[in-house]
Amino acid sequence: MIPEIGTFALICSLLLALIQGVLPLAGAQCGRLAWMAVARPAAWGQFSFTLVAYGCLVYAFLSNDFTVINVASNSYSELPAFYRITATWGSHEGSLLFWALILAGWTVAVAAFSRALPLEMVARVLGVMGLISVGFLSLLLLTSSPFLRQFPGPAEGSDLNPLLQDWGMIVHPPMLYMGYVGFAVAFAFAVAALLSGRLDAAWARWSRPWTTVAWAFLTFGVALGSWWAYRELGWGGWWFWDPVENASFMPWLAGTALMHSLAVAEKRGAFKAWTVLLALLTFSLSLLGTFLVRSGVLSSVHAFAVDPERGAYILGFMVVVVGGSLALFAWRAPRMIAGGAFTWFSRESLLLANNVVLMASVAAVLLGTLYPLFIDALGLGKLSVGPPYFNAVFVPLITPALFLMGVGPLVRWKGDSLPDVTVRLRWALGVSVATGLLLPLTHEGYKPWAALGLAVSMWIALTVVIAFRERVKSLRQLASLPRAFWGMHLAHLGLAVGVAGITMVVNYEQELDVRMNVGDQAQMAGYTLTFMGVEQVEGPNFRATRGSVVVKEDGDKQFVLRPEKRIYDASGSVMTEAAVRPSAFSDLYVSLGEPLNAELTTWAVRLYYKPFVNWLWLGALLMVVGGFLAAFDRRYRVAARERAAAGAAAAQGA
Amino acid sequence: MKPRHARLALIALGLAALAGATALVLNAFQSNLVFFFSPSDVHQGKAPVDRVFRIGGLVQEGSVQREPDGLTTRFVVTDTARVIPAVYTGILPDLFAEGKGVVADGKLGSDGLFKAERVLAKHDENYMPPEAAHALEKAKEAGKTLKPY
Repeated sequence: MIPEIGTFALICSLLLALIQGVLPLAGAQCGRLAWMAVARPAAWGQFSFTLVAYGCLVYAFLSNDFTVINVASNSYSELPAFYRITATWGSHEGSLLFWALILAGWTVAVAAFSRALPLEMVARVLGVMGLISVGFLSLLLLTSSPFLRQFPGPAEGSDLNPLLQDWGMIVHPPMLYMGYVGFAVAFAFAVAALLSGRLDAAWARWSRPWTTVAWAFLTFGVALGSWWAYRELGWGGWWFWDPVENASFMPWLAGTALMHSLAVAEKRGAFKAWTVLLALLTFSLSLLGTFLVRSGVLSSVHAFAVDPERGAYILGFMVVVVGGSLALFAWRAPRMIAGGAFTWFSRESLLLANNVVLMASVAAVLLGTLYPLFIDALGLGKLSVGPPYFNAVFVPLITPALFLMGVGPLVRWKGDSLPDVTVRLRWALGVSVATGLLLPLTHEGYKPWAALGLAVSMWIALTVVIAFRERVKSLRQLASLPRAFWGMHLAHLGLAVGVAGITMVVNYEQELDVRMNVGDQAQMAGYTLTFMGVEQVEGPNFRATRGSVVVKEDGDKQFVLRPEKRIYDASGSVMTEAAVRPSAFSDLYVSLGEPLNAELTTWAVRLYYKPFVNWLWLGALLMVVGGFLAAFDRRYRVAARERAAAGAAAAQGA
Repeated sequence: MKPRHARLALIALGLAALAGATALVLNAFQSNLVFFFSPSDVHQGKAPVDRVFRIGGLVQEGSVQREPDGLTTRFVVTDTARVIPAVYTGILPDLFAEGKGVVADGKLGSDGLFKAERVLAKHDENYMPPEAAHALEKAKEAGKTLKPY
């Protein structure tokens, strides 16, 4: 009964989304207030029904209702309860429903926090979001319903993929989707602006905090995914340039570009057409990411061809959204008036350079990700683009952008003098070059790439320091700085920290695959590791062989690492659970390979020393905090309140 | 500088950056494409020498042998028509097993031995790597059946 209520709620939700997508847009076009006023209640209704549907799915998982096919294939009666809840977004169908729920959530957030906006704008934005909802809800109902049943249901489910049974995977998809779908708000604002023909600084100011929040969520999601891969996949990698990762990285890059060009659009009124285009592209890349991960096209183009319904639907939807919005852009953009002028050396020009580099990176990643799919689809053979390609392209592209990133915030809008800025920055330049030259000497073997990475990281960090020193004359002033200032510099500092972490771990990590008997020792990075053998342990839904490795540091301090090899009961899948000893400056990472004799006393063991690897995620965390600080800057609210007051006064006067 | 000149300069800069990026991309692209070949393809001499390529198929039953050092594994990749002997040093992924699909990147030695640099893992019991499935499919289409070697 409950799953049927879920389906019914989805249908209601689709109908409301249709109303939300059609009436307000039509009303805004022909100036009917009553039609426009439908937008907010429809959004709330659509959200409520989607929430009910989601609740029904959660209930089906919690109550182990294996007559629901989705539950039977993604859950298991012995699965711990919180994994049963997270399993709701572990499958294709469930994650699409989750997508729709988050979209509805963002929609009501816009409905609730847009009181200061003109009704016409609200109607258009909510209308566009309603149309996106229609696309996803109908995809769910027509091709991917999570509520399909089978009778009689199996006695037991086939378990959630063990890889997904991890804390990182619980939080990763929601954060990633919050980011992906959050860009739908920026998209809707852009389309609304194109429809109304009013592309002004106010438009940029409205969509800016939404974009920044979405970006912060996406940053968090991508970082969590990387952290999860590091701990769960058992070979210590944190980024593989896998198509699934690229799918989330491309919208992140485009979103970063969008955030920066929105700054120019708001402050200076320039780059308006470009900014709108970026907003359209960013959301299109989010859709592309969803398509790549969810259509099955990655595991095989042929799988896509065999079960074409879903993939074709998402592809068709993408074509409509991307094509439609670009056509609208081509039609409307020429009407936009150019904004303020600026010289070749100004904050605008530096932000433009940032945008060019970021979008060139997007193009390079896109090529590497899609090319194998095209070749395969055309029947020209099978090939893959290896990680060396991405490294070879991405690093040289992004390094100059990192250098300019230090300069940008210190240069005035409109135009600045290069000699002046050079004088302000000369000691930072000196110190960072010295850092690059000297710091790698503390490690074995001089590596030029390490020198470059550390210099760039130090450069960004020092320019942040300069920005604070020039702005703040006394400590008391520190508290009164606007949140946007804190946010931007915190995020930039986060990137500096992340770059330092990446540089160190890529250049100085150590890896050792060894054969170890009970009592055998191995040396690595000043640690002595002794293999103490394995024992059998029982988990809630798995059996594990748990090894113990005693690690001695130079002194007499010691600790034990316990890597596991798990066999999950329901699926029979084997999983390697690495044991990681994290610390501020390095991780020690041990995972079990395979037993080399029948008595299980000799094992292939994989040991890693990962210097500064945690800085990567620490950096990402700083960027996330920075993003939220900037998005909640007071000026957005003050401006909103003023506009609301002005609106109310105008209404009274009328 | 007049605004018009400034804009021209910026456009020129953008184009230069774009050209640079394109050059980078194409250069890196060419040298990093990893082509896929099935064991039958390799037998027909289609696979490159001295260049990394990808091979896929099944790990032949009874073919996995461990060297005394415990970390070097010899195995045979088959597409049910042809076989290629392969060797890999390091820890194999959890799902590497006889009779299961396997995909590996590496180089072909002049002795016909495939030296794998990377054995790819996909974590799902029922999952057949697409390349491995493709190799089997192609061999089947070619009308060859499993022969004793």
